[in-house]
Amino acid sequence: MNRIAVEKKVLNENQILAEQLRERYRQHGVLCINLISAPGSGKTALLERTLERMDKSARVAVLTGDLQTENDATRLAKFGFPVKQITTGGTCHLDARMIERHLEGWKLEDLDLLIVENVGNLVCPSSYDLGEDAKIVLLSTTEGEDKPLKYPSIFFKSELMLLTKVDLLPYVPFKAELARENARRVHPDMEIIDVSSTTGEGLDRWMGWLKARQVKAKAKLQVAST
Amino acid sequence: MHELGIATSILECVQAEAARRPNGRITKVGVKVGELAGVDPDALQFGFEVLVKDTEWEPLALELEYVPRMQRCPKCAYDFQMTEFDPRCPLCGEYSTECISGEELDIAYMEVEE
Repeated sequence: MNRIAVEKKVLNENQILAEQLRERYRQHGVLCINLISAPGSGKTALLERTLERMDKSARVAVLTGDLQTENDATRLAKFGFPVKQITTGGTCHLDARMIERHLEGWKLEDLDLLIVENVGNLVCPSSYDLGEDAKIVLLSTTEGEDKPLKYPSIFFKSELMLLTKVDLLPYVPFKAELARENARRVHPDMEIIDVSSTTGEGLDRWMGWLKARQVKAKAKLQVAST
Repeated sequence: MHELGIATSILECVQAEAARRPNGRITKVGVKVGELAGVDPDALQFGFEVLVKDTEWEPLALELEYVPRMQRCPKCAYDFQMTEFDPRCPLCGEYSTECISGEELDIAYMEVEE
């Protein structure tokens, strides 16, 4: 019997594809973000408010993932930007191949921002790199404050946490400070923005974050081309 | 929930390695699973057994090695295992320490009979 060292990532195939996508985004100065949360935390509602606030000439596209139905794509298509639904059938997460396949027909040179709305799930999406620049995790005030401790992987891997539905804080027992503290225990330097898609609270800050990251993605492009 | 997909990826890696060793037979594959990998070891083990059962790959064992989350203190260069999500350096109390392991989901080795 002979033991051979392998040292290879289990999800190597996904990783290779994800790196290819990342390189394509970089070459075109596209910022790609991957939104992840439990079902019902408000990813689609946030995207509606986000697209609504975009300039009509904004070069933005959305890929939205669900197990079944085209409902989210229908909701998001109203704003006039290109939207494609990815129905996974039963798969609990998006992987890089699904993204690559659904990008067909879109020209990356026509885009500045690609938003991926992952399948509602805090576990599996954290394992699959989609080539994004940043993972963003949403936690809503109708969930438990200890979610970051129960599902540390995704909170650790996300650059930004959006605390959603903050308009409900007066009516629910959720302790926002404890939730932020738990998130920072898992990921000490994670940025956190409080938002409400109902009242619009915090959306300016969120749009500002997106804008700043887009500027950064463009700057990388210029550095590469000089 | 996605452990069967991960088990499939592990088996694909074994198959690729087996194709490179036509005279050998792979009997075991060792995989490192980090604390932050978001993978349940029991579900992965079960998924892998189901996948291999009654196939030409049997007997093929999966050995999982758990990798805890380790942090490194930037001030005193001390490495420590993070417990209870407390990132502070046990020596100097520095809060902002760096995660140096625990994200692994890697094939470490395979055992081959030749």
